[in-house]
Amino acid sequence: MSILIDKNTKVIVQGITGKTGWFHAKQSLDYGTQVVAGVTPGKGGTFMEETVGDKKYKVPVFNTVKETVEKFGATATVIFVPPPAAADAILEAAFAGIKLIVTITEGIPVNDMISVKAELQKRSAECLVIGPNCPGVVTIGECRMGIQPGSIGKRGKIGILSRSGTLTYEAVDQVTRVGLGATTCVGIGGDPIHGANFIDILKRFKDDDETKGIVMIGEIGGSEEEEAAEWIQKNLKKPVVSFIAGATAPKGKRMGHAGAIISGGKGTAQAKMAALKKAGVRVVDNPSHIGQAMLELVK
Amino acid sequence: MKIHEYQAKNLLKDFGVPISKGFAIQNLNELDGVYKNLGGGVVAVKAQIHAGGRGKGGGVKIAKSEADMKKFAGEILGMNLITHQTGAQGQKVRSLYIEAGTAIAKEMYLAVLLDRETSRLTLIAAAEGGMDIEELAAKSPEKILKFQIDPTLGFRAFQGRLLGYGLGIPDSTHTELIKLCQSLVRAYMELDASLVEINPLVLNSENRLIALDAKMTFDDNALYRHKNILELRDVNEEDALELEAAETGLNYISLDGTVGCMVNGAGLAMATMDVIKLAGAEPSNFLDVGGGANTEQVTKAFQIILKDKKVRAILVNIFGGIMKCDIIANGILEAAKITKLSLPLVVRLQGTNAKEGLAILAKSGLKIDTAETMAEAAEKVVKAAKG
Repeated sequence: MSILIDKNTKVIVQGITGKTGWFHAKQSLDYGTQVVAGVTPGKGGTFMEETVGDKKYKVPVFNTVKETVEKFGATATVIFVPPPAAADAILEAAFAGIKLIVTITEGIPVNDMISVKAELQKRSAECLVIGPNCPGVVTIGECRMGIQPGSIGKRGKIGILSRSGTLTYEAVDQVTRVGLGATTCVGIGGDPIHGANFIDILKRFKDDDETKGIVMIGEIGGSEEEEAAEWIQKNLKKPVVSFIAGATAPKGKRMGHAGAIISGGKGTAQAKMAALKKAGVRVVDNPSHIGQAMLELVK
Repeated sequence: MKIHEYQAKNLLKDFGVPISKGFAIQNLNELDGVYKNLGGGVVAVKAQIHAGGRGKGGGVKIAKSEADMKKFAGEILGMNLITHQTGAQGQKVRSLYIEAGTAIAKEMYLAVLLDRETSRLTLIAAAEGGMDIEELAAKSPEKILKFQIDPTLGFRAFQGRLLGYGLGIPDSTHTELIKLCQSLVRAYMELDASLVEINPLVLNSENRLIALDAKMTFDDNALYRHKNILELRDVNEEDALELEAAETGLNYISLDGTVGCMVNGAGLAMATMDVIKLAGAEPSNFLDVGGGANTEQVTKAFQIILKDKKVRAILVNIFGGIMKCDIIANGILEAAKITKLSLPLVVRLQGTNAKEGLAILAKSGLKIDTAETMAEAAEKVVKAAKG
């Protein structure tokens, strides 16, 4: 088993006709993902086609998400739509009945996400948004939604969740090197307002039999790591290894991610690490030790 | 993006927020007639810099005559103002705001900002103003009043009345307070702000409310739809290297250490700073070259890191995904040649084609040390920086 997505998931790509959208649609097809259709308003009825060597790619494009749900039974979407139209793309998918909405787009205005989030909270039982500003979701060897490199990581027993992209790859790589391998890797994204939080994903890893241990990578800003720590202490028996990026980050400076900022004395790496340690999580100071620490806990 | 107090007040005035009359000046010769135009009496001379704590740092003076106003203006304009927010190097004062004085009966705090825990806008207030709200939040959190703002309902009158009673202002001023709060929320939403702060909000001797100070910051991601806000940008107040980096699509923040670093991804860049510290040195910067780093960007990144004369060694930490490590290795070599790099360079490559990438660097003949893990790379670069 795995969480969120598997080889049977029918995926669409919103913004498939853009350069990045099409590049990653092809990467996902190579990975074995069922990319059934793309959506770009105004380009409906056309196809995205390309031949690379002996590989032929052909994906139908539709004007609306609704059509892809009706025609293919699509249940998941990955969004590459540019920031000004991205919030609308998320809502379109939610209203069309898509269950998993993975939003890669970086740079969506916060105010746009406030309205989107308010609507999503009403629909929390029927759909889950991952991101925005995230690397996406990969169930190793089965399905790839987003921009994570398909070449790293072998299937195994560790679930990975993270607010950062390249640190997610770092973790997948390390658990693979120590021989544990990974089940599903989820990047929840670096924006201050996002869909799924750590707890939403931890719950799913808890219920997944194949996942025997969890790597959780946080960073400065907000209080989700602290909330996750509390939840872990009460609900989770599986071992968790955690790294929090930004212990050396100065106060009041935004460190790349829109959400990575220590403001009002809140959101420090030190406070997050302390909360996680208190909850029984194995916190590593050095990100190079993630794999080894996990190995020691999951023998 | 940050703007000056006088700019924030100009914007807020259009939304109906009560402010005192004032004039912004860049030169002392612009002072002629200002005192008379403000109606004489007491005026405030306020340094305009993008940092708080101006009063404590000596950047705000109260003048009771035209002569005093001119004297204070002469002292403050051009001074290097050091506050708890500017850092030790301070910030040069390039403009002043001269404002009519207010007879203060009560000072309060009022702000609209995003509450990340609820994903809602929140209005926060305190009956004690003019002080550091972070300090108050830490010492007596019960003194801070909070009102969640529903995105469809907006800030409601009943919330304003609760706020009025909480602040202890006369009932007769409640209507004015409700209108003021609604104006702030409207300004926040319509202008895509990330903070609107009135500290202090003043009740004057006639029981009227006045925004004595105003601070606004804006969501960088929304500036594309606010050309008028972009025009308010004061690049003199921003770090020159950070600006230059931003123009090439690099995310750079200057810090105080000696180890320069170049990394792909914000999280990994922060983690790299952390391992440098663990290995016994301080990073000189945060630098995220992004997911699709090419030779041009790597070259620019080196150039920016090298402009910081504190740098003693450089660490490149790349996790290759879609962008393969062998291609990145060639980019690093090219960039090292173009910038005539002479400082010690440690490169850690991991991920797609890492072995090939490291081999290219090893064969280059350039003095580049390589590493497989972040920990190993950090130890090597710190040793080089200290050596």
